Amino acid sequence: MHKKRLLAAPYSVWMVIFIVVPLLLVAYFAFFENGQLTFAFFKRFFDDPNKIYLPTLLRSLLLALECTALCLLIGYPVALFMADRKLNLPSMIMILLIIPMWINFLLRTYSWMILLENNGVINRTLQYVGLLQQGDHLKLIYTQGAVLVGMVYNYLPFMVLPIYSVLAKMDYCHIEAAQDLGANPFKVFCRVTLPLSVPGIITGITMVFMPAVSTFALSKLLGGGKFSLFGDLIESSFTSNNWGVGSAMSFIMMALILLSMAVMRAFDSSAYQKKG
Amino acid sequence: MEQHKLIELKGICKQYDSTKVLENMNLYILKNEFITLLGPSGCGKTTTLRIIAGFEQADEGELYFNDTEISALPPYKRNLNTVFQKYALFPHLSVGENIAFGLKIKKVPKAEIHKRVEEMLELIDLPGYGKRSIDSLSGGQQQRIAIARAVVNKPEVLLLDEPLGALDLKMRKEMQLELKRMQQQLGITFVYVTHDQEEALTMSDTIVVMAKGKIQQIGTPESIYNEPKNSFVADFIGESNIIEGIMHADLDVSFGGARFECEDKGFCKNEPVDVVVRPEDIYLVDPEKGMLAGTVLSTLFKGVHYEMLIDCSGYQWLIQDTQCREPGSEVGLFIRPHDIHIMKKSDIPIYSEEMYEDLPDAAEDNTNA
Repeated sequence: MHKKRLLAAPYSVWMVIFIVVPLLLVAYFAFFENGQLTFAFFKRFFDDPNKIYLPTLLRSLLLALECTALCLLIGYPVALFMADRKLNLPSMIMILLIIPMWINFLLRTYSWMILLENNGVINRTLQYVGLLQQGDHLKLIYTQGAVLVGMVYNYLPFMVLPIYSVLAKMDYCHIEAAQDLGANPFKVFCRVTLPLSVPGIITGITMVFMPAVSTFALSKLLGGGKFSLFGDLIESSFTSNNWGVGSAMSFIMMALILLSMAVMRAFDSSAYQKKG
Repeated sequence: MEQHKLIELKGICKQYDSTKVLENMNLYILKNEFITLLGPSGCGKTTTLRIIAGFEQADEGELYFNDTEISALPPYKRNLNTVFQKYALFPHLSVGENIAFGLKIKKVPKAEIHKRVEEMLELIDLPGYGKRSIDSLSGGQQQRIAIARAVVNKPEVLLLDEPLGALDLKMRKEMQLELKRMQQQLGITFVYVTHDQEEALTMSDTIVVMAKGKIQQIGTPESIYNEPKNSFVADFIGESNIIEGIMHADLDVSFGGARFECEDKGFCKNEPVDVVVRPEDIYLVDPEKGMLAGTVLSTLFKGVHYEMLIDCSGYQWLIQDTQCREPGSEVGLFIRPHDIHIMKKSDIPIYSEEMYEDLPDAAEDNTNA
């Protein structure tokens, strides 16, 4: 036992230096001003005269929800195709999903800018095909839609992979049993495949929602700064030397994420061990 | 029993990659029959069952159900149900919901579903278990629920894929009787797959012995046991002494270093044959009175009888007798002409435990895929 504990020591040191200490620092900046305990930063967040903080938080939440829903809608069928034994596709789709993750997040986002710009690939193509008049263009970039597209693109693998792993591990005999009992492919999906993949869906939702709600930078690049998100606000507080408010906001976001995790976990256990 | 061919397989062939799993399989199944497909793993018995159920497509051949060709019919449109080897109960549903699954799909009225599920729980001796979760049950209970889930739909045919494989011996014996009783009571045709010869002999009306994708023999349990068609069947069903011999003329055979009178004819002059003698059909007599004389090598007590290995000038004989002879003692062997079974040399290797482990397992593997 003691030897094993010793092996965990480097990891513990790492955790303390890079996770525990920064968290304590954030707590310190959020709750102390010049060595005095204070709630001023939280107060500033809630009675904000310019009405920026709360609406931004709401917008972030809403966008994260939309992003999660879209990821689920797109990701579930993808995972289903990947897990289909007859098609034998998984390695190909997996590579398509994972290779972009090797490329830096900012670079991937810049490539979306190239696609969506007024003179970008999409608008040029539409003009070339004749669907758009020369000189006309669709307003694609610097819209909330563009931010959403960027988020969905970035977080989709986090939805697909957990669902895929549950579907791929699922015992095929359950599907055969359902067919045997008279279920057509649609009923097999509704009554067996979908309920059995709930744990994967929950993991996927958690893994997409958490980074989505704290997204920043994307909104600046694809939204042109018009649709700043909560993550952007935190970032700008720190860059404008307003560490106290930034830390307070970080705390609020952390609380939100922990809350959503707790909700998902409760949902997960109630769905899976319904009759334990 | 009505002589109506409920299911008929004509010239069914199936191949996985380059392995032939079934070769020109011809078989019919009568209404209300308890038919067992028996053979070592990899013999194609499970594949046959899966083709009947519709989970596999035959490469060649025709499959008739009530005189209609159903090869192209998907599993959910076939009026038969399967009891799977691993039960395949739905873990997200309760016991009652599992049993009701097929009825709900068929949109049977709720009140009737409830009634039939309760009846089934009574039948399988698990009344009041409807609300329980699947995980909380023992293997034997899960197995009975798997049967109930299939039977509740009142299928014309019930397919059972080694359903008792995971149970312990005592439970297996009980379930064998239970299944046989259920089959007679409900009047459903049972197609049963097993590698356990004793199970097959106990339960079946008809046994189909298979090896290497081919049917070796079809018959009643008695005829399979008493008149095996080749040395594979003889060895697979029960214990056997299988010895090479020469058929000199009709009713005249030599093997094991002696010449015997027998009841078989129709072989070529001096044709090499396999001779099968069941261990319980050899009688121990005094050395000078026997047809063969030898020394007892070993003696094992088996409960009802002793099992002895006897060496007669280089040939080893397995003998079962209620009398015990000490190892090293001299004995004579006596065999009646009726108990000597002469078989043409077959190209199917003789079954043995070692081979059982090594056989390619393509067909069974696929079940779990």
